[in-house]
Amino acid sequence: MVERVAETARAKSVLLDLPGWPGHRAGQHVDIRLTAEDGYQAQRSYSIASGPEDDRLALTIERLDDGEVSPYLTDVLEPGDELELRGPIGGYFVWEASLPGPLQLIAGGSGIVPLRAMLRHWVAADRPVAARVLYSARSLDEAIYRDELLGLAAYDELDVRIALTRAWPAGWTGHRGRIDRALVDAAAWPPQERPRIYVCGPTAFVEAAAELLVESGHRPDSIKTERFGPTGG
Amino acid sequence: MARDHISHGFTGRRRESGDPARIPPGQYLTRDFPVLSAGPTPHTSLDEWTFTIDGAVDAARTWTWKEFLALPHEAPTVDIHCVTKWSKLDTRWRGVSVDTLLEDVDTAGEYVTARCDGGYTTNLALEDVTEGKAWIVFEYDGEPLDPEHGGPARLLVPHLYFWKSAKWVRGLALTVDDEPGFWETYGYHNRGDPWLEQRYQGG
Repeated sequence: MVERVAETARAKSVLLDLPGWPGHRAGQHVDIRLTAEDGYQAQRSYSIASGPEDDRLALTIERLDDGEVSPYLTDVLEPGDELELRGPIGGYFVWEASLPGPLQLIAGGSGIVPLRAMLRHWVAADRPVAARVLYSARSLDEAIYRDELLGLAAYDELDVRIALTRAWPAGWTGHRGRIDRALVDAAAWPPQERPRIYVCGPTAFVEAAAELLVESGHRPDSIKTERFGPTGG
Repeated sequence: MARDHISHGFTGRRRESGDPARIPPGQYLTRDFPVLSAGPTPHTSLDEWTFTIDGAVDAARTWTWKEFLALPHEAPTVDIHCVTKWSKLDTRWRGVSVDTLLEDVDTAGEYVTARCDGGYTTNLALEDVTEGKAWIVFEYDGEPLDPEHGGPARLLVPHLYFWKSAKWVRGLALTVDDEPGFWETYGYHNRGDPWLEQRYQGG
């Protein structure tokens, strides 16, 4: 591990220098295995947060208070420590710049992590298609990569909407509350644009978002989902 | 992973794992029931639901929902293991044994492909779904199976990683050749035995 960066109060990115890393595609994940002195092991999967073109592999990890692996990665692991990982894994929930059609990214909470890898790939590939991001977070302070996302929104080809479910600053003009049909219809590409849709987040969020998209007329096979279980610890 | 690197400062939680002999390597125990799916949850009305056995068989067979429920039921209580690392012990299901569905079927096939609403498929060796090893289940823990967990009916093959227990299953096609299914073509292991940690291809 080279560096740890605080993204929010609970989420941190660990930047890794990986000799011999074969490269990855945006949206893939890695398996991390921790081994205690006595041989006890625990494994978890984490989405890759960096784009394929980035120098260092980044994982952004949300600390779960009752988690077994995440607190080690966010609090204990120090720069210079080694980490055992396997990957990249997964060939389905991936986006590549060569794919046609507008890009629609929809995230809840830490579900933004693999979508951020897609956005970085999108930037590195000179923004080959128009893209929209709909990100639901509890509050602006808990929105991971908030400044980066708002900075990217300066590109004409990118629309970023942040929806806040629990708390919002005074004068917040964005969406308040959970994702709903009106928000999806206002913020997402309409079905006739045939967007390529990626939805990632906690199970309940993904279920709700995918259902709303299908109700709005999006083809189920245009919607790729990745769910984070409540026990991703 | 090439070697067991000691993670300095890691002690682990050693959750109250029940019987450690029931947790395969690399898995941890959960009491929740996490969800893993590749797309939106399909909702098929029971009026339209059918279950079909076809492919390399003497004659295809199809059951309506009513006919399916009239088949003999079994109530397996089994441990399940997801490739995303969670295991859940003593899960209670009700459904129809695949043996019952294949009872009068004459086939040259040695493999099956499970077909599902939403286009998902998974492949299994016939011997992994026969002789009391697999069911088409429609109840979980005494309740109708929830759509997000695969309702109205899913395949249950508890001795393999849980992606083989295809949700929203609508049929089994017998095949002579082994034809990789959805996750299997995206880098997951062809068979998926959790005790051999067959998570991914090439490992």
